[in-house]
This record gives sequence, C-alpha cells and structure tokens, in this order.
Amino acid sequence: MTASQRRIKVLLGKPGLDGHDQGAKVVARAMMDAGFEVIYTGLRQTPEQIARIALEEDVDVISLSSMAGSHIPFCRKLKPLLEANGLDDKLWVIGGNLPAQDHEALRELGFKGIFPSGSKLDAITEFIRKEVK
Amino acid sequence: MKKVINESGIEVKPLYTAADVAASGGMEMVGEPGQYPFTRGIHREMYRKQPWTMRQYAGFGNPADTNQRFKYLIANGQTGLNVAFDLPTQIGLDSDDPLAEGEIGRVGMSIDTLRDFEIAFDGIDLKKITVSLTINGAAAILIAMYLAMAEKRGYDIKELRGTAQNDILKEFIGRGTWIFPVEPSIRLVGDTIEYCATHAPKYTPVSVCGYHIRESGATPAQEMAYAFSIAKAYADDAIKRGLPIDEFAGRLSYNFNIFGNIFEQVCKFRAGRGLWAKIMKEEYGAEKPGSMWLRMIAAGGGGGLTFEQPEVNIVRGAYYALISALSGTQTMALCSYDEAYTIPTEYSARISLRTMQLLIEEMGLTETVDPLAGSFYVETMTNEMRKKMEEIMAETDAQGGIVKMVSEGTIQAKVSAQAYQMQRKIESGEFPKVGVNCYRNEQEEDHPVEFHPYNEDDARVQIESLRRIRAERDNAKVNEALTRLRGDAAAGRNVMPALVDAVKAYASVGEMTKELVNVFGRYQEPIRF
Repeated sequence: MTASQRRIKVLLGKPGLDGHDQGAKVVARAMMDAGFEVIYTGLRQTPEQIARIALEEDVDVISLSSMAGSHIPFCRKLKPLLEANGLDDKLWVIGGNLPAQDHEALRELGFKGIFPSGSKLDAITEFIRKEVK
Repeated sequence: MKKVINESGIEVKPLYTAADVAASGGMEMVGEPGQYPFTRGIHREMYRKQPWTMRQYAGFGNPADTNQRFKYLIANGQTGLNVAFDLPTQIGLDSDDPLAEGEIGRVGMSIDTLRDFEIAFDGIDLKKITVSLTINGAAAILIAMYLAMAEKRGYDIKELRGTAQNDILKEFIGRGTWIFPVEPSIRLVGDTIEYCATHAPKYTPVSVCGYHIRESGATPAQEMAYAFSIAKAYADDAIKRGLPIDEFAGRLSYNFNIFGNIFEQVCKFRAGRGLWAKIMKEEYGAEKPGSMWLRMIAAGGGGGLTFEQPEVNIVRGAYYALISALSGTQTMALCSYDEAYTIPTEYSARISLRTMQLLIEEMGLTETVDPLAGSFYVETMTNEMRKKMEEIMAETDAQGGIVKMVSEGTIQAKVSAQAYQMQRKIESGEFPKVGVNCYRNEQEEDHPVEFHPYNEDDARVQIESLRRIRAERDNAKVNEALTRLRGDAAAGRNVMPALVDAVKAYASVGEMTKELVNVFGRYQEPIRF
C-alpha cells in the first residue's frame, strides 16, 4: 500500500534539550487536522531515539521542531543514523528558529522541507502532502 | 457595532460609566496604595521612592563571557541581573555529559561548579545589584551555589537579597526544564522555602511564573489564576512542614507577561494584586502586609513579538514597558526586538534598557502612583478580570487541583489547544498582527538583525575547566557530601544543608543531580495535546 492510499504518518520530534514545545504542539494539531497520523515524541530526544522511533513506527515523514539553536550539530548526528536505518527515502522536514544562513546546510543534510518561524501551518501540511508519494 | 471580546473572554464595551463600575462590584477592592487589598500598588509611594528594578535576561557562553555582559549592562544603567543558564545546566547535566554536546553556552551561561559562579559574579556588588537566577529543575542546587558564593565573598547571608525562579510546576506546563517527577519536585521547592526562611530570610526562593503559561497559550486571566493555584501548592507544602504563613509568604514573588491589549493587561495586574492579597488574608490567615503583597516582575512580551519586520518590535516593546509601568511592577525586563531570531546582542539589549529608562526619565511614569485608577473602564475591567480569575481558580479546584491537572497533562492539553486556535486566528487574519497578517511588506527587506555569535570553542574551554576542578578538589570530601545528600534525600530530610556542603566542596551540578535522580527518579512526560 502506498502513502497515497493510506494516511500519511508523521514523526514529530523535539531534538536536544530545549523545552519550548508550544510550536511543536501547534504544528502537531495542524497535521492531525490535515488528516495525518502524528507520532509526537515529547521533549529531549536524542538522534538515536528519533531514528529508532522513525524505523519502528514506519513513518513517511520525519519532522523536527528546534527552537534553541542546536539544529545543525543535532542534524549532523541524525543524518548518518537515518541513512543507516534505510530511512533516507523518507521526507525529512525541520521547523522552528532556523536562521536563513543555516538553510543551505540543512538542505545538504537532507532536509527537503525547511520551515522557519513565521511559516504558515497550511504551508507545512500542503508541502508534506505534495512531497509524500 | 461589532462585539469586542478580550483575550480573557470578557466583553469590552464602547463606553463605561459610573453605573458599570457599580454593577461590577464598585470601588470596594480599590483602596489606597500600600494598604490592603493593595490593588493600587504594594507601597504607598511606589516609584516616587524608587523606580522599578531593570533586569534584562542575560547569559551565554562561559562564566567569563557572561561576567563581561553583566558589567556592560550595569555600566548602561541596569539595576539588577537576571541570569540565563544554558540547557545542560538547567536540566542538571555537566558540560562533559554526552547529552550536553552542541548545547553548551548556547542559550545561557554554562555552570558546572562553584568556581563558575565565582567567575560569573566577580567584581559585582551583590548588595547593590540583586541577582535573579532563572533556574527551575536544578534550582535547589543553584540556590545553594549562590548562597555559598556570596558567603565566600564575605556577605552576610541573613541580609542577602536575590531571587530564584524555582517554579517547577510551570515547567511541566511550558518551558520544559523538569528533571524529577512532580511530587519530589514540589518537595524540593519546599526545601528551598524552608531553608531560606531560616538561613536567608531576605532571599526570595521562588518566583511563580504565569509568564510561561501565557507563552504556552493561556489567556491573561488564566495566566494569573494558574500562577496563584501553583503558588498555593507551594504554600501548602510549606505549611505542612509547620512553617507559619507569615514566615515565608513575604518571600514569594511572581513573574508575569506583558504582551497584549494595554487595558486588559493593566487591569490583570491590578486585579491580581487584590485577589492575591485576599487569598493570603482570608484563606491563609496571613497578618503581615508583606505576606499579602503581590511582588512581581512584569516583563518580557516575547509571545507578542514577531519574526516579520523585527524593527517594529522595538515599538511593541515600548508599549509593553508602558503596560508594565502602569501596572505597578517591582521589576521590569523586555524581550529584545531580535528575540525571534537570536539571543540579544549588546546593541539590542541596550535598546531594551533605554526603552525602560525613557519611561523613568522623560515620560513621567514614576511621578504618580497607579495613574489609571478611578477610570470607569479600568475599575470595571479590574473587577471583571478579578472575577474571571476567581472562576478559573474554582474550576481548577473542582477538577482536582493544579498539581493533579499538571501531573495528568490536562492543563498542558488545554493551553496548547488554545495556542493552536490563536495561531489559526492569526493566520486567518481574525486576530490582527501588524506585519504578519496585515501591513505586510510586499518584499521582505533584509532584516536589520545581527546574530549573537556562538563560539564553538566555549564548550571545550568549559569542559577543560571542569576536568581541572575534578582533579584539583578534595574528592574524598566531595564523595562524603554526595553520600550525605543521597541519604538526606532518601530519608525525607531537607536536602539544602547537604547541597550547600556539596557545593562548597566543588561538587558539580551533574554529580548532585545524579544523586537526587537516584532517589527521586526522572519525570516521564505525559504526551497529551
């Protein structure tokens, strides 16, 4: 069964130590309203935990919400773990406090969707719907 | 005419008269400044005697970097300090913990041992400049460290002033720097209240934060009501230990948010002052006026600032500062205009400081106490806001109380649902936000935001310094102190004396936290939203 026939399944993770989860929870609700199945991890996830949950839950989308500036070092550790688990064909998305000068580096690390502060909820869900095949 | 409902859910009329004041409960709760119920202010002369304390949130990198920033702010007229710690410190990890990698010194300064506090506050007169520690999960440890540092510097701890945030219940609702499960977390807050009541009676061990609950999606009325319910939970714990209310209530303080509608905000604070005084007097039998005072920092406003057109945030910040001044706050701080992008640079922090100084020097905000009193609108809305807060507190009690609701995640679910609804209203344009859903710049110009630089080398320096201290200190003494800490935690004794001894032996934040985790366990977050 392809993703277009079943509900899109999204992992939404809070990487690192930051506890600012208002944005993550708002995006999770928007995704649920868009009809996606959302696995929200809660706070303080390590790269290993994100990769493991993504694999176990067989998600279509791996998304992260980062507010406290540690997105680049975190994603550098996450990328090889996702690849080692055969998750490089999934859609990787990241949102939050992401300065414009980091977007290229995030794209190179495999993140196709980059949604900095100020992004619209519908823009996020429409992007996911379009990209997940 | 379109109906207007404020964020707290109260209808706002186009005109208020004396009849509205009378219908809402009259002037009974207004009184005089400095007298019960303190609606008009906790002191008779307020800012005539002393303007509000200015306390910008600051800290990054190593203690030495932060010490420099502190001195810069003080040189620019700041009258208090509000310390930002990095995330590893906030959740009790040492800098060399693998989980700390990439986070050291990023959103605040990194603290491992007493040595770091000695460096951070070097050359700062702790009698003239009071220090507020924004620390929660690891608060008992950092309070012990602050007291030990001040004592080592020769200050009389009995006379030492200062504040710790130390409001763990709100960390479970928003902000998220919890460590231990809910019950032992409340016990630790109680330990600090009990210890300070005897050993540091002028120190404020708790600053209950409606602030972050508001940032997480609460309305202004909920912000106050939930904060009061949380403060009551801490007070109840202290009373259970046998502390008389008048021995500790005067050292509780509050931290509230200032973004939103000017009148709703000002009335929120006036209403809150009257309500808290009434709770302390009528429910807790407090007799000292100081026990009934709603002492507060009314600050921040980050939730109201925008990513779009960031320079406009300078103006928003000025209005928020006006709200804070009209509200009779004791302390003020502003989120800087670049808040949505970065931690503040010297430049943006100085603009915030100047914004507050303008109100004191040029705008006449310190000349007259509670200048909005007697306005039909303000007095009616103050009465209505107070009633709204009382309703929310009664609802909270009816649902089993704030501790139960936080433990089960029901408050978290409620405010995050509201945050989602608000975001939808902003995106649809129903809730106007200048630069976001109206008056957008067709072409976003280059934002005049300079990023605070993150120095990757800070982490290496901090880890080396920690390792050096571990090698140089008397490790037998450290182990003895840590064993005592574990024993006291397990036996239900107050852990503060053991923490103070461990800190003085240069035990690290991570080592002390581990001992407490061994006894208390770790919090498991209920995923509810």
